[in-house]
Order: sequence, then structure tokens, then C-alpha cells
Amino acid sequence: MARTVQRPKLGLLERSYLPAILGGLLVTIRHFKNMIFGRTRVTLEYPEQKWDAMLPDWYRGAPTLVKDEHGRERCVACQLCEFICPPRAITIKPGELSKDGPWAKVEKFPEEFEIDMARCIYCGLCQEVCPEQAIFLRKDYSITGETREALVHDKKKLYELGGVMTGLVHKWDEKK
Amino acid sequence: MPSFDLLFQPEIFLLWTSALKTAVILGIVLTMVAYSVWAERKVSAFIQDRVGPNRVGWAGLLQPLVDGVKLVLKENFVPSGVNKFFFSLAPALAFIPAVLVLAVLPFGSSLFEVPMVIANLDIGILWVFAVSSLGVYGIVLAGWSSNSKYPFLGGIRSSSQMISYEISLGLSVIPIFLITGTLNLGDIVKYQAEHGWMVFPVWTNGFDLSKLLLWIPMLISFVVFIIAMFAETNRLPFDLPEAEQELVGGYHTEYSSMRFALFFLGEYAAMIAGSGVIVTLFLGGWSLPFVPDGSQGWIWGLVNIATFFAKVAAVIFFFLWIRWTLPRFRFDQLMKLGWYVFFEVALANIFLTAVILLYFRS
Repeated sequence: MARTVQRPKLGLLERSYLPAILGGLLVTIRHFKNMIFGRTRVTLEYPEQKWDAMLPDWYRGAPTLVKDEHGRERCVACQLCEFICPPRAITIKPGELSKDGPWAKVEKFPEEFEIDMARCIYCGLCQEVCPEQAIFLRKDYSITGETREALVHDKKKLYELGGVMTGLVHKWDEKK
Repeated sequence: MPSFDLLFQPEIFLLWTSALKTAVILGIVLTMVAYSVWAERKVSAFIQDRVGPNRVGWAGLLQPLVDGVKLVLKENFVPSGVNKFFFSLAPALAFIPAVLVLAVLPFGSSLFEVPMVIANLDIGILWVFAVSSLGVYGIVLAGWSSNSKYPFLGGIRSSSQMISYEISLGLSVIPIFLITGTLNLGDIVKYQAEHGWMVFPVWTNGFDLSKLLLWIPMLISFVVFIIAMFAETNRLPFDLPEAEQELVGGYHTEYSSMRFALFFLGEYAAMIAGSGVIVTLFLGGWSLPFVPDGSQGWIWGLVNIATFFAKVAAVIFFFLWIRWTLPRFRFDQLMKLGWYVFFEVALANIFLTAVILLYFRS
């Protein structure tokens, strides 16, 4: 059933719109005045001002590789991240560690480790799947480059962004 | 020095001073056009709590230059279905009338005993109406020659809007001529300098009952005229010819590059010319209370010129302020407002003024 909405009865002054127009003008000039005197600050002027300090702990920025407290790379080139990566942004070329080195029992290491940032969707599945806690999404969000090649992060760049992560994985340490 | 004397022969003197005045006023107004675009963006930004253009130059002050360069460098595209002659004629027709209006506006009192108006016409205000109503041809031709439905609708809206509001525009200024007894804009400003501004006649030469009574029709005239001016210049509460949300871009949808820029700048030039007319007719032109005119020394002449342009800038700010406050009228509301309200109000206002004048003169 159709419902009839009772329209409000407007007085002559209200029907002339003039009080409403005046009210509107006062609202806009107040905003204008507050901007002029710098009392309103909504805009963050990005390249000069950044919100890095406000980023939450769970922020998912660029994926990076980390080293442990011994300066050893944690990645063992198991390639799980390569397989789980939805847009297939990760390419790993595994290599074998020499039998005589101090980390011989780790057996494998990534000879090359590339993440194509033009493909990465920042989903964090690589971090979730990594059994060695070697790949982490850090807080870098401004990943730019002038060519597609410049957007492919190689191993050097990934360690540069990742830095050192201590704790968490101890199975490759010497038995105490 | 014979060559120097030749310069001060009356005819030749008139010729080169007019040419000089034209060049200076064009320079000032075209700069104002560019910077009113900047002001529009800045004011709209501030009203909406944004920052506005601030990358090119200090506070974005070089933005108009950069925009101009961009528009010149863009491709001047002509769609295949258009009527080429009228398509290229329309932008010029939209821009030129706005500039021509400036010829009769007294932008200062006098400087070195040269009156600061390019053409001191005795029919000044008629020239303003005649020329500014030509501006609609540019818009109608643009809409029609584009051979596309949305520009066409924009052109139709523009012409019907112009017809509806031109009447109240013309009628609303007749009370001024009844009071001053002249159509010459320079004399109207001189009258206001002596008797107080039309919308603010409080100061100078005392105060009597006739002035107080005439203040009422003057305020009505002012409101009607300024609203009709909004419609005439296609500014926001009445910007139906280019209503982006319904007509894509309105009459200039098919235009690009410098042709589009001419429409864009023509709109702002029309706004400046309109503000100049409002200032001249109602806000005392170049006059400020207790400031002498240019015959008291060239410094006062310069002060008068600065006063005029400051007032124009204030009126332009009002235009921008209104634009970023009010939503657009619907087309039937616009027509109703023009024909049912402003036409009658302006007509009644003439009789009101005439009655008051008759009572005090007899």
C-alpha cells in the first residue's frame, strides 16, 4: 500500500530559500576562514609529510628477506613462497652450500631470489608460508621505478630492505 | 619640439591615450582572468577543507601559466561531423563580448586629467547589455555546430536562460537611471561619489528621508541584478548550459585545446566584466568615501583605479563563494524564478522608485 508522506508546511520566509542560502553561506565562509588561519589541517602533503610513524604493526608493505643474528641468510631455498605466490612474483634459483662451510647442514641457499614488485599484490602469503621465518613484509610502501626491470627486486635489494631479524628460528644453531 | 606638440593635438592625444588605456586594461583584465581561475580553485579548495593548487610556484601562483602552456600544446581536435566554420567561430564569439564590455566601464576617475574610461559613451549601459547578450551566440553556435546532442541541449538551455534573465537584468537597473537621470556610466559613478553608493548611501552630504526611502528599491534592484548576472554569466546556481552531471560538458563538450580555453577564459572574462558592471552601478565604482578623485593629484587617481579593481575582486570572491555553496537549480525552477518572480519584482521596483521620486520632487 502506498504510504503518503506528509510534506512539512513551509512558511513564506522558508519558501523564499533566503534563510537557508544565508545559512549555507555562513557554513562555507567558516570553513574558508578556518583554512586561511590554518585551524583546519586535514590534508597530509605526502612527499614532504609522511605517515610512517602511524603505520600499524600489522602493516603489509614490501616483502623482504632477513638475516639472522649471525649475519647468515635464513632462506634455505625451499621455494614454498614461490609456489604459493598468487601472482607468481617470486623467482628463486636454488644453490647448494659447500660441504665444508660452517652451515653445511643447511644444505641449500638461494643463488638468486627475485621479487617482481610490478606483480606483487602484498598479500603476505609468502611470509605466512615460510618455514624459516626468512621472508617478511616490512613497512616500505613507496616502491617505484622508471622501468619494469627496475621494479624487480634482486637478492641484494631484498636484504637491504629486510635487514636483520633476531630470534624465532634456532634449529640451525649448534646444539648446546 | 614639433613632434612633441603633435602628440597633444586633441585628436591624436585621444588616439594614443585610448590605445594606451586599452592595452593596460586588457593586460590587467587578462591577468585577472588567469588568476580568477586560480582563485576559483583555491577558494573551492579552502571551502571544502582541501589545500588546492600548491605545487607550481608559491601557493600555486604559477598554475595559470602552466595550465595555459598545457592547453596550447594539446591537440586541437575537430570532430568530423561538425560545421567547421561555426565550430571555429563560436569560441571567439564567446570570448570577445566579455572583453568588449570593458570598453565603457569607468575603472578610475582621471589620471593627469585623462578620464580613466576607454570609451565615454552616453549610452554606456545600453552598450553593456547589447554586447554582453551577444555572448550567448557563441554558446548557442558551439552547441549547434558540434552536431552532438549534449552540447545542443546546453546551447538551448543557454539561450532560453538568457532570454528569461535578460529582462529582469535590464528592468532592475532602470531605477538607477530614474534616480541619476543618465545612462553614462561615468556620470553614474560621479553621482554615487557625491550622493553615496547606491546600495550603501549612508555617508556624504548628510542624510535625509528621500535617501532612506530610495535605499529600499536600490537594495531590491541590487539583489535582482546580481542574481540575473549569475544567470547571464552561467555561474553556478544557474550553470545549466554546462551542467557536467547531466550534459557531459555542456556546450563545450566537443572542444579541446585552445578553443576550449577560449570558452573557459570567456566565462571568467564575462564574470569580471559582470563584476565591473555591478561595481559601477551599485557599489560606487572607483569612489571611496573621503577619498578625493584624480583631479586632486595623480596619486589619488591611482588610488581610485586600485579601489575599482579591489571592489571587482571582492565581487568575484562573492561569485566564487556562491558557487561553492549553492546547488544547481532545476531547469523548470530556473524558468519559474525568472518569469514569475524576478520579472515582476523588477517591474514593481521601477514603479516604487518612480513613486518615491515623484513624491519628493513635487
